Amino acid sequence: MTAARSAPLGTRRDPALWRRRASALRRLDWTMFLSVAALSVLGALLVRSATHRLLLDQGRDPNSFLDRHLLNLVIGVGLCALFTVLDYRLLRAYVPILYGLACLGLLAVITPLGSTVNGSHSWIIIGGGFQVQPSEFAKVGLVVLLAMILGEPRDGEVGPGRRDILMALALAGVPAALIMLQPDLGTTLVFAAVVLGMLAVSGARKRWMAGLVGIGLAGGFGVWFFGLLKAYQIARFTAFLDPSADPAGAGYNAQQARIAVGSGGVTGRGLFHGQQTLGHFVPEQQTDFIFTVAGEELGFLGGALIVALLGVILWRGLRTASQAADLFGTLVATGVVCWLAFQAFENIGMTLGIMPITGLPLPFVSYGGSATFANFIALGLLQAVHLRRRTFD
Amino acid sequence: MSSRTHFRLVVLYVVVGALLLTLVSRLWTMQVLQGEHYQQVAADNRTRDIVVPAVRGMILDDTGRPLVRNRTALVVSVDRTTLMRQKDRGAAVLTRLATVLGTTRQALEMRIRLCGPVTPRPCWPGSPYQPIPVDDRVNDKRALQIVERQEDFPGVTAEMQAVREYPRPSGAGAAQVLGYLQPITQAELDRQKNLKVTGYAGADLIGRDGLEATYDEQLRGVPGERTVLVDSQGRVTGTAKEKAPVPGANIVTSINSRIQAAAEKSLAEAVQSARAHGRKADAAAAVVMDVTNGHIAALASYPTYDPSIWTGGISQRQYEALLGKKEGQPLVSRAIQGQYAPGSTFKISSVAAAVNSGYPLNGTYPCPGSYKVGSRAFTNFEGESHGDMNLHQALVVSCDTIFYKFAYEQWLRDGGTRPKKHPADPMVAMARDYGFGSRTGVDLPSEATGRIPDRSWKKAYWDATKTADCKGAKQGYPEIARTDPARAAYLKAIAAENCAQGYAWRAGDAANLSVGQGDVLATPLQVARAYAAVANGGTLVVPRVATSIVRPDGTRVEQVAVPPAPKLPVSKNVLSYIRGGLAGVVKSGTAAGAFGGFDDKKLAVAGKTGTAEVYGHDDTSWFASFAPVQNPRFVVVVMTSQGGTGAETSAPAVRRIWEAMYGLNGQKPALVNGQLPNVLPKPADDGAGKAP
Repeated sequence: MTAARSAPLGTRRDPALWRRRASALRRLDWTMFLSVAALSVLGALLVRSATHRLLLDQGRDPNSFLDRHLLNLVIGVGLCALFTVLDYRLLRAYVPILYGLACLGLLAVITPLGSTVNGSHSWIIIGGGFQVQPSEFAKVGLVVLLAMILGEPRDGEVGPGRRDILMALALAGVPAALIMLQPDLGTTLVFAAVVLGMLAVSGARKRWMAGLVGIGLAGGFGVWFFGLLKAYQIARFTAFLDPSADPAGAGYNAQQARIAVGSGGVTGRGLFHGQQTLGHFVPEQQTDFIFTVAGEELGFLGGALIVALLGVILWRGLRTASQAADLFGTLVATGVVCWLAFQAFENIGMTLGIMPITGLPLPFVSYGGSATFANFIALGLLQAVHLRRRTFD
Repeated sequence: MSSRTHFRLVVLYVVVGALLLTLVSRLWTMQVLQGEHYQQVAADNRTRDIVVPAVRGMILDDTGRPLVRNRTALVVSVDRTTLMRQKDRGAAVLTRLATVLGTTRQALEMRIRLCGPVTPRPCWPGSPYQPIPVDDRVNDKRALQIVERQEDFPGVTAEMQAVREYPRPSGAGAAQVLGYLQPITQAELDRQKNLKVTGYAGADLIGRDGLEATYDEQLRGVPGERTVLVDSQGRVTGTAKEKAPVPGANIVTSINSRIQAAAEKSLAEAVQSARAHGRKADAAAAVVMDVTNGHIAALASYPTYDPSIWTGGISQRQYEALLGKKEGQPLVSRAIQGQYAPGSTFKISSVAAAVNSGYPLNGTYPCPGSYKVGSRAFTNFEGESHGDMNLHQALVVSCDTIFYKFAYEQWLRDGGTRPKKHPADPMVAMARDYGFGSRTGVDLPSEATGRIPDRSWKKAYWDATKTADCKGAKQGYPEIARTDPARAAYLKAIAAENCAQGYAWRAGDAANLSVGQGDVLATPLQVARAYAAVANGGTLVVPRVATSIVRPDGTRVEQVAVPPAPKLPVSKNVLSYIRGGLAGVVKSGTAAGAFGGFDDKKLAVAGKTGTAEVYGHDDTSWFASFAPVQNPRFVVVVMTSQGGTGAETSAPAVRRIWEAMYGLNGQKPALVNGQLPNVLPKPADDGAGKAP
């Protein structure tokens, strides 16, 4: 039962309709929206800080990244609105299409259509300065797909059956394998977190989860043991343990990121005044390492504020999951929360030297079209579930 | 919602909360607890300390003309560390560089390999962490290719740097006096804390010989320091603080370029003429020194070389030529490192010793053709007999037998074969007082001591050689006997004598010493100093090449310190008597022929010839002189190794130098009023401009 349906029906043009729409607006999770808005504003400022000087040095329009980022945000808000308004339960009908598109996109990346950026073969250049990173959208596809399979209405059973789980794993395995081929370790780990979280919340037996974790660890060990990873990947992955081991090579990012964040102190050096940032010491600072700008320029207060805002979003997301009208909604919200939570932890963690360096953007803060779109679609999904939540009145 | 789902959502709450808490606490640790540490690291990260090299000072002649200066050159250097980090250990980069520089990769690889004990030149003798200069004569266009395509040339730089240049004023080279520069070695860096590697190949050098070595610290200056702000690419974005370099001081020398050039030319001519007369004439040296203060106006050595070959790496062929025996080892300064028996030039010491031990100055002594010292007859040059004569005449005609007599009689007084406990050995003592057998203290490195043999030396030498001598005495020299039985027999006799009593100070040793023969060795500079002491009335001056050290702007920094000069224990009238005898040598004695037609109205020269016999070689030719006789101002000494007699080879060379100094024979005089310019010269522009 949703609130919209239970609202009293009046004539088509009568004030009741407006009341109904107004109450729908009220039913949206504004706390979550405000948190996202605050993060987005912070993100835009940090993107400007990270790129302004560099672009000036390169003789380009110093605001070009900021302008592009703002445009991305506007498009993102539009996508968010679309997915909020759309009844998420109808998505089930489109899941095969979404899933197929995601797999096709990921497949296209490994064909000559794809391009390599920063060692990851993850992009499709569309032309006119636009590029798409299909793996970002694949996260949305994965969440909805798993929610559909694991959230099948079932009779009397507490958790999903073996057949459902195996099917979910098999279907999730295809895009995951394609992403691993890119190779994009970060997104692969996000997939793992999403699968694990959604399986848990769907009520799957503990041995499934334990088995999955075991297979994951064994697989990781095997990959390392049989030398399937290139040396630079291992070096990059393990550099966080001791960045000073190779400060000019694999440890450079880790080292410079720590220096930038650490030098921020309690209150930071002031927005647009980060010396490490102005000197471009941290590579990819507007995308994967955006948190270092916050750390240096806004200090502990700014960094903690970002973590807190992310925390609010995740808290509201989990609240949405527990209040969802159906298991499908619960699982969609859970998937989004696991995705955003792991990605935020990994992204911030790597700048703090507690996680390995991978190429993941910070949700709602980093620059990047595909990621921004995917995040706002995820936000839309959360809001859609929230809008149609159970009511206790 | 099932309870299991609900429970697991709660677990998820906790997990997410824990993750976020982890981030915040880590953030607290890094930013609040370790913030100061990271701020320090960040500051280091953003700044680079650049050493700004100081321009090395010039070496000037007595009129301020540079003997060594700097020129700016585009120097292409290779950073070995960067190169070795390349996958192919820099092979591709060097191949490209070779194409630009018009050489081969192999040639470049040889230039940048590190010198080891057996590595042939060219190789890099400096620190492996310094950029290695591979070309300092590259033109702008080629350098631009390297600078603009840095991605193709990692570790290769092209920068304007100051490099040494040798302008040869008036044709004066003075290569061995000036010395040369070489890259600072790691050992020197470790040893000398004040040495700083600037990264500029032209500045990271150290004086390895000559004045460049002696006055390295003053010439070097103090490099400046600039702290610059850099971005992540190392591009300089600003200057944080700067300490300007202090340019090296200029060294003003008393070398007079024109006299130096005349000396060098004269040596070359002497060698040429000796060779024309069938002598081997393998080396020669000339010293011109102010007798009043020890200032050296010229110090020449033959053979010589062009020091500019040191600039920008030296090839194996050039390096071998500098050290090779066949090429005459032009690196060695014969004037201070060459040790030769001084022959009769030594008699100024023996006369004084004889007079001091009681032989009347005005006495008359026999000068027979030969004189029996113990069982062996010692003869005059070519066995000539001169009858009775005074000491004046003994110097003029260079009678040896008079000195044999003095030496033998003194030896007998000292106990002969059974020496007294404290023998007087006046000739040995006097030779030491004249400065023989010890360094003159000239401000040039690696000066030789020469040798005055005495009783303790004989003993030490015998200890070191008796095994070989006794073997020779026993077995003879059968290999030599096959081709030259006479020589083998001579060698066997000598060996037998040395084996049996080589430790003893024998009569023959004393006799040989008295005429500067036997085991006596002296450097041309020692002879010059001894003659300066006779000329100036008994002061044993300390020779100096550098007179003052001045700032590049011409203000004086310091006068080169001269240690106190000892006095000869010889009375004024004995010295005056000796001077008279030496004047006679030139007027009517052994050097009269060489000075025939010399304008002695304008310049009266006094001197002494020396012809030292060296077993198995041509005679060492000496002429030591001073002038003007009445008021001596300079000594001029020429030594020609294997040059024949002093009169035939070295005396004419000395004459040519005097003529150039005083402008005789229609030349323009090199001296002003018979003196070296006394005013502190203003240095010329050093040609290098500002520090790079």
